[in-house]
Amino acid sequence: MALNRKIAFIDLTTGQTRTEPIPLDWRRKYIGGRGLDAYLLYTHCPAQADPLGPENVLLISAGLLVGTLASASARTHIMAKSPLTGLLGSANMGGFFAPELRWAGFDHLVIRGRAEKPVYLYLHNGEIEIRRAENLWGAGVYDTQDLLRRELNDPETQILCIGQAGENLVRFANVMTGRKNAGGRTGMGAVMGAKNLKAVACRGTQSIAIRYPQEALEYNKQIIDQVVSTKVSQIMQRWGTGFIFGVTNTTGLVRCRNFQYNQLPNSEDIECENLDKVSIGLDGCFGCQVHCRHRYIIPEGPYAGTYAQGPEYTSQGAFGAEVGCRSLNTVLVGNHLVNDYGMDTLEVGSMMAWAMELFEKGILTEKDTGGLRLAWGDDEAVIELVKRIAFRRDIGDILAEGPLRAAERIGPQSLPYLIHVKGMSNLHSDERPTPALALNIAVSSRGADHLRGRPAIDLYNLPLPVLERVYRNPDGYTGPLTNRYSEYEGKPRMVQWQELVYMAVDSLGVCKYHTVFLSPNHPQFQEFARLIYLNTGLEFGEKEIWDIAERCYTIERLFNLREGMTRKDDWLPDRYFDEPTRLGLPVARGKCIDREKFRAMLDEYYRLHGWDENGVPTPETLARLGIAEPKPAA
Amino acid sequence: MGKKILITDPEKCTGCRLCEIVCSVKHDGVSNPALARIHVVKWDNEGFYLPMRCQQCREAPCLAVCPKGAISRNEALDCVQIDYERCIGCKLCVQACPFGAMGWDAERGRVFKCDLCQGDPQCVRFCDMKAVDYVEADRLGCVRMREAGEQYSALLRRFGRG
Repeated sequence: MALNRKIAFIDLTTGQTRTEPIPLDWRRKYIGGRGLDAYLLYTHCPAQADPLGPENVLLISAGLLVGTLASASARTHIMAKSPLTGLLGSANMGGFFAPELRWAGFDHLVIRGRAEKPVYLYLHNGEIEIRRAENLWGAGVYDTQDLLRRELNDPETQILCIGQAGENLVRFANVMTGRKNAGGRTGMGAVMGAKNLKAVACRGTQSIAIRYPQEALEYNKQIIDQVVSTKVSQIMQRWGTGFIFGVTNTTGLVRCRNFQYNQLPNSEDIECENLDKVSIGLDGCFGCQVHCRHRYIIPEGPYAGTYAQGPEYTSQGAFGAEVGCRSLNTVLVGNHLVNDYGMDTLEVGSMMAWAMELFEKGILTEKDTGGLRLAWGDDEAVIELVKRIAFRRDIGDILAEGPLRAAERIGPQSLPYLIHVKGMSNLHSDERPTPALALNIAVSSRGADHLRGRPAIDLYNLPLPVLERVYRNPDGYTGPLTNRYSEYEGKPRMVQWQELVYMAVDSLGVCKYHTVFLSPNHPQFQEFARLIYLNTGLEFGEKEIWDIAERCYTIERLFNLREGMTRKDDWLPDRYFDEPTRLGLPVARGKCIDREKFRAMLDEYYRLHGWDENGVPTPETLARLGIAEPKPAA
Repeated sequence: MGKKILITDPEKCTGCRLCEIVCSVKHDGVSNPALARIHVVKWDNEGFYLPMRCQQCREAPCLAVCPKGAISRNEALDCVQIDYERCIGCKLCVQACPFGAMGWDAERGRVFKCDLCQGDPQCVRFCDMKAVDYVEADRLGCVRMREAGEQYSALLRRFGRG
């Protein structure tokens, strides 16, 4: 059944492996996936560990509902201490790896140590092998998966791997499966690279018993109908996430030329409608009817004819607005290259945009860049820069260090232009007109990021009763709520609520597009409780799932505090407060964040979580959530 | 109403494999593609996906090789079916099927194949794209013609008829 999957402890230094059942008590306290990973990291990773040292613990997991009839239960979660931020590292991806991991008999992998030479793990029907991977070292993400499927003589094998960026310890290297599924953020690929772990391949034919199959089948149909009946899903089914770029750019919520403008004018060529010219069809992750990405062929230039997937809205930002480019081909090529080298597209776009602004200001010159002119909108320079980062050549070697280390090398005059929180770059969005979204990136447990707690539905200015229905439950919140996205009041609640609903889906292994991310009518705590019950037989009330999410989010907080984070790190770059936006619709123009109001939001946010004014969980909160000091790692 | 047949369309398939899981849950109460009667064959390097399943052949090799007469045609459903009372588990049918559509459940020691869910195929019900569809055979031609003609007709309507 869904509860008999194992946890595997793998030591790459000694080559020893052991598997254990997952105690039911852990399910009741952490569910699985990201929630249980957070507990395991906090427990097993020694304090102040070197993120690129053998002592760092790499966790790879499938959520509790992965591979079951829960819709879009496709997600793999990856966690470790981050080499980018020195704090919590956490990444999440779709595709087909996680269900295959479960059919192979596993839910969680706890990987320590460092192999002497490159290796990969092969997991199949309960067995674990550590195999040599010297022949794979140097291969990109696409080739690595090809070569492994050939070596294992099984095209059904699912593979998670790193590309050259992970091998080269680019601090924002990602973990990939398939052509485009990226465990993108916080540099989990560099952790694999440092462990000499090139890939994890898995294949399984072990049944996951569904507790109440007929009812689960019917309920899943109901959930799918609920999801695909919303307007936003239907747009996504047709255009992919690219439509988000179009609507946010029109409003003036897109970071352009690093942080100088909040809109890219004349962006028609990179809008989602134009993808139709190169798309050969849409693509779904496991069990998903939203199929939000394109399969495409690069139409021109040196990469013409290459098959790739995407691009997501983040790549339209990274290779479009942020660097001032307006060429669809550049977006397509850039997206393909970061996926094949295995790098976070958000971080790459942001680092390039920052370097370009430094070049414009004369802080970087051609002497620093190895002769590369970093001019806004220079398509060739952008593609060249992607390669130099992946292979750490001249300026690329500096940028590959990530925001704070790169700024240290370039000099303090570069710092004011850096758009980061906790040492991780923000995506291409501009949150100056939207206080709720700004609070989210400031407090997210993995640094500037929208997938930790963005209340995206705040952008719709929904009728208040709709917001009340979502944000009052399941704990009976009675504080304020406001439905204008330019306001500050009630927004901390929206961020806290979203953080916990995302923690819940990440622990279940379900995609965020199947919860309240872009629609208030998508499944949430109540539906999760029913899905868990019908698929696994475990009974949780919706408030219990809320409490579990709160416990796990607080553990992530404790990990960050232990590694040295303070209240000062829950803060935005000065430009958010000091430079008003210049473009966009009237509602987005001339806006910046008010420091005092933002401080008040932060206080309120801490209070909602049961953390003190410094963001430290109070003893009462720890007692209520049953969180104890972690025992020394076994 | 004419008899229905199950058809697949790789142009529509997004490769999500939901059909596989609803199939194994419906028939065996478990999630396991190895027990599914339908399988999305993928060419991941080209992004080409093709759902494969039993073709319910008129001259079915599985039926022909069965030494015990355990495989027969259900004419009402236009379906090739297994009589487990007669089946001896010799697996000749597994080897004979040119499409790989006769499976072997090693745990339970028995063959399995698509039974069209007795006229309500769950793979079709769950496929939002209708990459797997269950349509009346005598209407199939005109359904396909309309789909194929859509692009041509759009051009005609846009640029005039001559």
